[in-house]
Amino acid sequence: MKALKIFGLAIFLIGFFLFNATTFWASFKLTAEVLQEKIADKQKLDLFTTHASPIIGKTFTSNHAFVSALNNVFDRANREQLKKYNITDAEIEQIIERSNNKFTTPILDSVFRASNEVAAYKNKAFREYSITLEGTAFRSRDEYQQQLQEVADKIEKYGVINKVGFDRYAIKDLRYSLAKASAHGPVKNNSSLFLLLTFGLCIIGALLYILPKLEHQPGIKNNRILFNPMKNTGWLGILTGTWLIVFYLLLYFYPEYMTNWVIMVDPVSQWINGHEAGKFFLYGFIYTLCILVMGVRFIIHYRHSKYQILRTVSVMFFQTAFAFLIPEILIRLNKPYYDFKNIWPLDYSFFFDYRLSEMAEHGTLGIFMLGWGIALTVVGVPVMVYFFGKRWYCSWVCGCGGLAETLGDPYRHLSQKSLKAWKIERWMVHGVLVFAVVMTIGVLYTWFTGSSHLLFIDTYTMREIYGVGIGAAFAGVVGTGFYPLMGNRVWCRYGCPLAAYIGLVQRFKSRFRITTNGGQCISCGNCSTYCEMGIDVRWYAQRGQNIVRASCVGCGICSAVCPRGVLNLEVKDEKGRFGEPVLIGNNHIKLKD
Amino acid sequence: MKHVVIIGNGVSGITAARHIRKLSDFKITVISSETPHFFSRTALMYIYMGHLTFENTKPYEDHFWIKNRIDLIFDRAEKIDAAKKLVQLQSGKNLTYDNLIIASGSRSNFFGWPGEQLQGVQGLYSYQDLKTMEANTRGIKNAVIVGGGLIGVEMAEMLCSRKIHVTMLVREPAFWNNVLPIQEATMISRHIASHGVEIKNLQELKEIIPDDKGRVKAIRTMTGEEILSDFVGLTVGVHPNVDWLKNSAVFVKQGVLADEYLETNIPGVYAIGDCVERRYPLDGRKNIEQVWYTARMMGEVVAQTICGDKTRYEPGPWFNSAKFFDIEYQTYGNVNNNLEEGEDEFYWEHPTGRKALHLVWNKQTNQFSGINSFGIRLRHEKFDQWLREKRGADFVMDHLAEANFDPEFSERHENEICDLFFNTTPWVDIRN
Repeated sequence: MKALKIFGLAIFLIGFFLFNATTFWASFKLTAEVLQEKIADKQKLDLFTTHASPIIGKTFTSNHAFVSALNNVFDRANREQLKKYNITDAEIEQIIERSNNKFTTPILDSVFRASNEVAAYKNKAFREYSITLEGTAFRSRDEYQQQLQEVADKIEKYGVINKVGFDRYAIKDLRYSLAKASAHGPVKNNSSLFLLLTFGLCIIGALLYILPKLEHQPGIKNNRILFNPMKNTGWLGILTGTWLIVFYLLLYFYPEYMTNWVIMVDPVSQWINGHEAGKFFLYGFIYTLCILVMGVRFIIHYRHSKYQILRTVSVMFFQTAFAFLIPEILIRLNKPYYDFKNIWPLDYSFFFDYRLSEMAEHGTLGIFMLGWGIALTVVGVPVMVYFFGKRWYCSWVCGCGGLAETLGDPYRHLSQKSLKAWKIERWMVHGVLVFAVVMTIGVLYTWFTGSSHLLFIDTYTMREIYGVGIGAAFAGVVGTGFYPLMGNRVWCRYGCPLAAYIGLVQRFKSRFRITTNGGQCISCGNCSTYCEMGIDVRWYAQRGQNIVRASCVGCGICSAVCPRGVLNLEVKDEKGRFGEPVLIGNNHIKLKD
Repeated sequence: MKHVVIIGNGVSGITAARHIRKLSDFKITVISSETPHFFSRTALMYIYMGHLTFENTKPYEDHFWIKNRIDLIFDRAEKIDAAKKLVQLQSGKNLTYDNLIIASGSRSNFFGWPGEQLQGVQGLYSYQDLKTMEANTRGIKNAVIVGGGLIGVEMAEMLCSRKIHVTMLVREPAFWNNVLPIQEATMISRHIASHGVEIKNLQELKEIIPDDKGRVKAIRTMTGEEILSDFVGLTVGVHPNVDWLKNSAVFVKQGVLADEYLETNIPGVYAIGDCVERRYPLDGRKNIEQVWYTARMMGEVVAQTICGDKTRYEPGPWFNSAKFFDIEYQTYGNVNNNLEEGEDEFYWEHPTGRKALHLVWNKQTNQFSGINSFGIRLRHEKFDQWLREKRGADFVMDHLAEANFDPEFSERHENEICDLFFNTTPWVDIRN
């Protein structure tokens, strides 16, 4: 059995090594065809092609060199456009001279009168950015010049690059899509083979490593966890955390470096949704595999408990069907991508303009999706939480929860149990909830009024800060990358706005609680230690008090690891939920805590 | 302001300190030479097995003591001068008190076996014992545990977690048969054996044999069998830690003698926890009880008394729990290893040998006297109530499902158990 385990580990490591190594096994050759395919705008295509001519058809042997070359092209193109389209000092002078210290738009027609595309752009842009100046009379020439210069600066900063150059969003997209389309090499030519050599070996290796756990009898088997450098924040844990963090940084911010990984899953994507894979297909694929393989591990590990088995099968099912397959199949059917179990505000982009438009465009199905999404938040969450507690979502359905419970299970004891951590948690998680609500109100305000400013806040900026700061950095980089460092529920505990919302319902209106068993607690600390949400369960158990906490996701591990049968997850009449601590002990002593 | 000094920071001493703080504004000082802060003694095994860190076994964060103004002194109480109301500490300091609580716990039993002082031979009670065990068992292959009780099986599980082969010498015909009835003692023995532990029943230790470096090499049993062993765990019970009181004015027999208010012969000086020997009988209970729960209750009781509400130690119906490798055990009321006069019993065991229920009642009165449960969690509250209400065994069986405390979706056996119970016992007649 031990040999099998080591063999499995070796196979896994080979697969994992190959997976990482493939990042470097590509050469890149940009062709005119690729450019035509990826840059739809004719003008921008020409612009790019002009500047890219030295690298078109040239073979780059490293990812980094290719990306640098692309960056150079974007840079040169943008600089040229700026030079060409910027309002010159001479033009500002002309405006001043022709206007007698009072600014009106007709002056612009006389200054930018040439009948070419550049003058037309300048005229239009200047009008747009000088609306507030219309009709203003200036007391001094200096002041006038200064105001006009500000308009010119704004055009330089926001106008030119966006309209006739490549802004940062376009650059980010193109870097990735051009890199992927230009990649050549063994992985590109044998993507299915590499899929097997990386994912295949990793899955087989992991299962061979996991299955021998069956030789142990059912029951809590946490032996040597805290001696294991993988699980006690030792070198292996830190290494794993670093890998995960780098993976997420690549995924969200530098996807052009993971093109070979995406190429490997192209065949899978083609098979499921009929399209090439995108980076989020790759992510979803890895995510689902992690939940499935580590779900098997979890089930074996806790197979003495039916509750644990059922809830793990549940998260495995919801991830595979709802989060992964159904959305991909929707795409195949030309319907909007939709994860029917993702709920606003975790699904923070639910009310974003492009999603609302998309749903609006898809008739009955779109309207159903909109209604379903709203109903989940407004009705589904409170009703389900009332009857079953937060767990119905967080540890039975949710994808983030699913990953935490499976991939993250070996790290559950690393969550901080201190009072201080609890205080920080409450501020943070509710702060994110407020942020999500305000951001969504802003987005909807913009959707209905067309104005991008709500009070003094720019709704687009707010939505971008949320997307990058919370959606990508917190939920992804920190949320998963910190598993081996701070436990498996960092995101759920400190950051998830939906968890905060569900938690408030659970705290104030639910039948769910964890009960304690008379006076049987021995304060050993297994419950607190293995609580992934960092709840000091023992604090309650040893004084015979029900555990009613907003953060409790009802994973049931406290009950499972309790050596004395003290803890139980129960749903029953709300009455007595917050009852006085009852610790069975000496006759007639009423303990006041 | 009254100064309460507590000797010992185990569960009894700490419970007393916490409750005195809740009830009063007295100055509270807790002395311990074991660890600076309270930890859960019962969790020592989990540190060794790598389930918990030492920090994890502390029920309260370190700032708790400061916030609650409970002064902790990491020192050793050496002597009590009752006349001067003084505790002498090892560091040379003296501490005066108004009330003294002795909560000095237990020590492992050593029965004078030849070789019991050898290196690699030890008991398991304190944090220091754990450290010693860590050192004693590093890299070893074979261990012998003498004594089939709760600490013995804990030690066996600990050693198994390090893949050390364990032989257990059990004096009785089966594991813990001096407490457990033979049915479940046999079942648990089988379970322990299934984890690779070799149990030698009806065997006692004769001597421990050293190697040439003064370390244990083997043991010899009473029957003359020699068993190679790099480590010997002596887990044959504990006795009150009272030697240090021998020359004081406090009366000591086996333990510190205490009355129903847990007061010693010296007014204002109390004793709680493992170190107590009750000088009056309590029905169905031994005079020395070395259990977490009784220690906790004594702490609660003495706090009431010291804070002005004189309270008698009345621990209510007996309960206890343990875990034998994968099998959890709970007991409520009294189930003796052998049926007492006038008692009847019902025993059910699941075919897997991992679950069992043992019910005992009085034949004449029908009154339920106790239950042992294995692999099935039962509600303490229900059984406490039924025992206090002196319910009949048939009532308990009829309501067994209400008392189930297993996690949701667990396999339930009440129907099967009740069917068997009512079909195989004469209960039906009495009920109708």
